[in-house]
Amino acid sequence: MTGTEIARDRKAAVSARALSKTFGQGDYAITALDSVELDILENEFFTLLGPSGCGKTTLLRLIAGFELPTQGSISLQGQDITDKPPHRRPINTVFQNYALFPHMTVAENIGFGLRMLGKPTAEIKQTTERMLALVQLEAMAGRRTDQLSGGQQQRVALARALAPAPKVLLLDEPLAALDLKLRKNMQLELKSLQAETGITFVFVTHDQEEALTMSDRIAVMKSGKILQIGTPRDIYDRPTHRFVADFIGDINILEGTVEHTDGDLATVRLKDGSMVSAHLGPASARSGDVSVAIRPENVRLASAGETPTLTGVLENIVYFGAATNLHLRLGTGEEIVIRNPGAVDEGRYQPGATIGAILQPELIRVLE
Amino acid sequence: MSDREPQSALAAAIDQNKRNERVTRAWLLAPALAIILAISILPLGITVVYSFLTPGTYGGVTWEFSTDSYVQFLFQRDIFDDTLVFNSAYVSIFLRSIGLALGATLGALILGFPTAYFIATKPREQRNIWLFLITLPFWTNLLIRTYAMLLIIRDEGIINIMLMKAGIISSPLTILYTDTAVFIGLIYSFLPFMVLPIYASLEKLDFSLVEAGYDLYANRLKVLFHVIVPLAKPGIVAGCILVFIPGLGAYITPELLGGGKKLMIGNMIAMQFGASRNWPFGSAAALILMALVIVVLLVNALAARRGASNNG
Amino acid sequence: MAEPMTAMPASPQPRQRRRLVRDLKAMPGFTATAWLCIVTLYLPILVLIAFSFNENRSVVLWTGFSLDWYAKALENDGIRNAAWVSVKVALFATVISTIAATMAALATTRTKPFIGQGLVYGIINQPLMIPEIVTAIATLSLFALVKKLTGLNGIGYLMLAHAAFCIPFAYMPIRARLETMTLTLEQAAADLYAPPLKVFTLVTLPLLGPGIVAGAMLAFVVSLDDVIITLMIAGPGETTLPIYILGAIRRGITPEINAVSTILVAVSVLLVMLLFIVQRRMQR
Repeated sequence: MTGTEIARDRKAAVSARALSKTFGQGDYAITALDSVELDILENEFFTLLGPSGCGKTTLLRLIAGFELPTQGSISLQGQDITDKPPHRRPINTVFQNYALFPHMTVAENIGFGLRMLGKPTAEIKQTTERMLALVQLEAMAGRRTDQLSGGQQQRVALARALAPAPKVLLLDEPLAALDLKLRKNMQLELKSLQAETGITFVFVTHDQEEALTMSDRIAVMKSGKILQIGTPRDIYDRPTHRFVADFIGDINILEGTVEHTDGDLATVRLKDGSMVSAHLGPASARSGDVSVAIRPENVRLASAGETPTLTGVLENIVYFGAATNLHLRLGTGEEIVIRNPGAVDEGRYQPGATIGAILQPELIRVLE
Repeated sequence: MSDREPQSALAAAIDQNKRNERVTRAWLLAPALAIILAISILPLGITVVYSFLTPGTYGGVTWEFSTDSYVQFLFQRDIFDDTLVFNSAYVSIFLRSIGLALGATLGALILGFPTAYFIATKPREQRNIWLFLITLPFWTNLLIRTYAMLLIIRDEGIINIMLMKAGIISSPLTILYTDTAVFIGLIYSFLPFMVLPIYASLEKLDFSLVEAGYDLYANRLKVLFHVIVPLAKPGIVAGCILVFIPGLGAYITPELLGGGKKLMIGNMIAMQFGASRNWPFGSAAALILMALVIVVLLVNALAARRGASNNG
Repeated sequence: MAEPMTAMPASPQPRQRRRLVRDLKAMPGFTATAWLCIVTLYLPILVLIAFSFNENRSVVLWTGFSLDWYAKALENDGIRNAAWVSVKVALFATVISTIAATMAALATTRTKPFIGQGLVYGIINQPLMIPEIVTAIATLSLFALVKKLTGLNGIGYLMLAHAAFCIPFAYMPIRARLETMTLTLEQAAADLYAPPLKVFTLVTLPLLGPGIVAGAMLAFVVSLDDVIITLMIAGPGETTLPIYILGAIRRGITPEINAVSTILVAVSVLLVMLLFIVQRRMQR
């Protein structure tokens, strides 16, 4: 996996080995995490991405220490912390609903961690002021937290978690409660905050766009398993699983048979008989029936005189400003979408017309 | 999984956590459970034992097994030939109590449902005030409330004086020390118990359902009985139980408003531990009362379960 | 694209509802019933209060305003002793039941669900489910037995009995408060290096405060108002205010009783109003 390759030349901040978590017992047991292997590196913005119930929050809570795993181990900078309680882990969390103490002021909230660590009052005061400045809330120090707006509460939660200078900061969908515009701003702010502080961020989200924008690396999760770990480009351009390909952006998936392979390239005969060459993932099947995937923006309309890779009947044209999607029904019954930048000539492209499409060969992937 | 050492350490940590939690929980629960078990539940066991003993001459019991208490409930022992003759006195007290409690429940429902509905349709701010007004009497002393009721319904009470001044009646209506007085007193005592649960279920009701009812050609009565009442049923049932049970075991109301002449179960039981000095019979009567209450609760629980399985 | 629009026949303007019903939710007679309820609930008490200020002894006719009956009531040794017993018993019952209820509420909301949880709820709420007269005679039987076996007497029995039936009343608001407090706050504190005891003293307890106050107030009011259980088990010299009032009513109605009753009602009402304010704070 790409993830482990990178791990060799940088130190891991958090490592999970064979980590499993089961809730309930017997017939009612639910496996929230299933033998997860993971290395989160020092100073990286790492995102756990997946639909709700995929286990990403459970993984975060295990790292924070709110739950004990059923099996496996977690280490922090090489030290086993699997059964350490949360207050003995130099890891802090920004909670989904912020979890600010309603009976304390903003400053008291931010200073809480340092106070618990037994730091001298002067230091607590100084750090609190620095944190308030960092999140631009100097004027709010004496306010009660319920007098703040959602965005301000979010910043207090962030400052509170950063104040004790944790080795790792965990963020549990912290932007979910904010409106769209605020969310976009906070995404950039979080990203720069991470670069500034050099703290490892582990960010949980179900929003693929958010993950792509902010992360150094992303782990895509489903049903308690990590399917793929990689950079945003790895995940988007080189998805290894049908689920990953589907979950992030739009994708065309076609069935075919591997004819022969050459290195990481395979020649695949599609169901309609046409031949394409596609990249093999590290665990893709090298023979027999496979699925190949290509993004709609990597499929283009064949111009006059060109030999199309595939031909089909145009069923639908959906125009949305920056691009137009053309939905083609192939002879095999499969559907493929062509994303054409800008509008198309409506006189020529009408429902019912037979159209040729060209798949850009270097961007076709064989799925696992 | 390769190294066994951390795995067993983890298992030990999980076990330790569970053990700690169990111990903490046990200590936290201990005082409340100990007090209630010792002062409230253990005595019930003693009551069961007492109901099978023989009354002591000056109250209390003598430790001699006897089923007389239960026999006495239905029969009278003939002094001369020791035969058992059916005695309806106690059974009729029970029937009277059930009748009065049922009547009070119905009365409270007739008054309480419209009130709860009225409150639920008020704007939020006014609702809180109304709710406060309904709840407040519940927290004031029942004895004093009953005494206050006695003051206004007695022959020279404010109701009679006003009716006479208005020329509606020429001599005072005798309400006090009648079944009517007990009936009024029970409704008055337990009305808040009816209003609150009905309100709780009506508050959750989506009033666009009422509009939908009108939209589909129902008139007011039909909307009320086909839309609102079925949806408020859990609250209505809860309210009826909450009025019926304390009504059945009422002591203060019949004592003050029935003048001690119109007995209900509660007074009869208390009397056995006082003037009548028949603790075993009082214990038996208390257990029969408790059995009645348990039957009501069980029937309700079964109906609720059947309702739930019908819906699911 | 415009085709489906024109294909639809132009629908006629929907006819406006002509019925001039302002409030569809209103039901005829319900408002009147609600007011009737309020009058029924309050009229007797108001009459009682009014006559406690009457200068006439007859309790029937209003002759003039006077505070004499309050003065008489406060001078009455029987009433003063009874009030003192009531307060002693209520304070003891409140302290014991609130502590026990707080601990039990923590156990039932702050540890994982456990086998027997339903049974625990059942036991805690037991004093609410059984008719008071049954609890009263059962407790009397127990205490008589214990007194006979140990020879111990005293007001402690009465205090313990009150503590027992106050527990469910104290438990309700405390548990409700704990249930609305998400565990996240406590987890946040642990995440910020607070060890379990600090989590409890710095986060759980301060946030639980209003719930505990509410529980204690309910316990106090319930203990102060109890008649039946006290009537059965109170020994000589353990007459509480409600028992004194009951005895006085049996002897004959006097304005003095009205005055004492008014004081007792006022205490309960004040406490419950305070409770309402505390709970409103809690909701915010």
